[in-house]
Amino acid sequence: MSFQEVVFYLFSLTLLLSAGAVVLARNTVHSALFLVLTFFTTSAIWLLLEAEFLAITLILVYVGAVMVLFLFVIMMLDVDLAKLKEGFIQYLPIGVLVVLVMSAEMIMVVGSSKFGTDAYPIPVPKAADYSNTKDLGSVLYTEYVLQFELAAVILLVAIIAAIALTMRRRPNTKYQSPAKQVMVKKADRLRIVKMDSE
Amino acid sequence: MIPLSSYLTLAAILFAISLAGIFLNRKNIIVILMCVELMLLAVNINFIAFSHFLGDLSGQVFVFFILTVAAAEAAIGLAILVVLFRTRSTINVNDLDNLKG
Repeated sequence: MSFQEVVFYLFSLTLLLSAGAVVLARNTVHSALFLVLTFFTTSAIWLLLEAEFLAITLILVYVGAVMVLFLFVIMMLDVDLAKLKEGFIQYLPIGVLVVLVMSAEMIMVVGSSKFGTDAYPIPVPKAADYSNTKDLGSVLYTEYVLQFELAAVILLVAIIAAIALTMRRRPNTKYQSPAKQVMVKKADRLRIVKMDSE
Repeated sequence: MIPLSSYLTLAAILFAISLAGIFLNRKNIIVILMCVELMLLAVNINFIAFSHFLGDLSGQVFVFFILTVAAAEAAIGLAILVVLFRTRSTINVNDLDNLKG
């Protein structure tokens, strides 16, 4: 077995085991941490496929941002974990059945008879000075520039939606009104009285 | 060397596992959201494998957009979850039956 095959099978095994642990873990925090491991191993597999930029992006965006968000939400919610696991055993047989049937069907479709090395030969490895980031950027900013800007708009909408959903004004909170502070006149605050000196 | 079918098989098994996760954890919305992320990851593996074997960078561009949309989806989904927990103080799917006809 070549080095690449060893790496591929090692990381695939880790990927599938950690994905299984995400599904089966009793504690939701453990699920989230196993999901971090899943993303990490997936990015290693993407490195094997010469998608270096996306592999790094997956770690930065998913492990660095999305999973931290998940962990924050899990910590903020005081959830009764035992109650949420109810019915787990009851659905376990049908879950296992679905896994087996679905993966058997899909493996039959994508198996080596149709997508093996005959139909899709192994591509020649890129030269050492090849830059995936540069190549991806040159496609992204020319052919897909409109879609790229749309993605930016989607992210903006997501920011606004998340803030608008979670922001709340408590009725008895005291806060400043800058407009009123600026509008105030001297006569509103100051009263000059005339009186005899004593 | 690793043929394309190995990558596709890996993605297929990952997809099936995450679908079973939705079946098994159908009371816990957080785990359901995580399983949706896993499904998108399986699809992304397919895209990148085909992009590598066909020598076409468009597949990687698509993965880029899927990552963007998935991040937005996770952010909004978790925000809705927080609001839900604030008003109902539960995230059990079984308790969320207000719209039952």
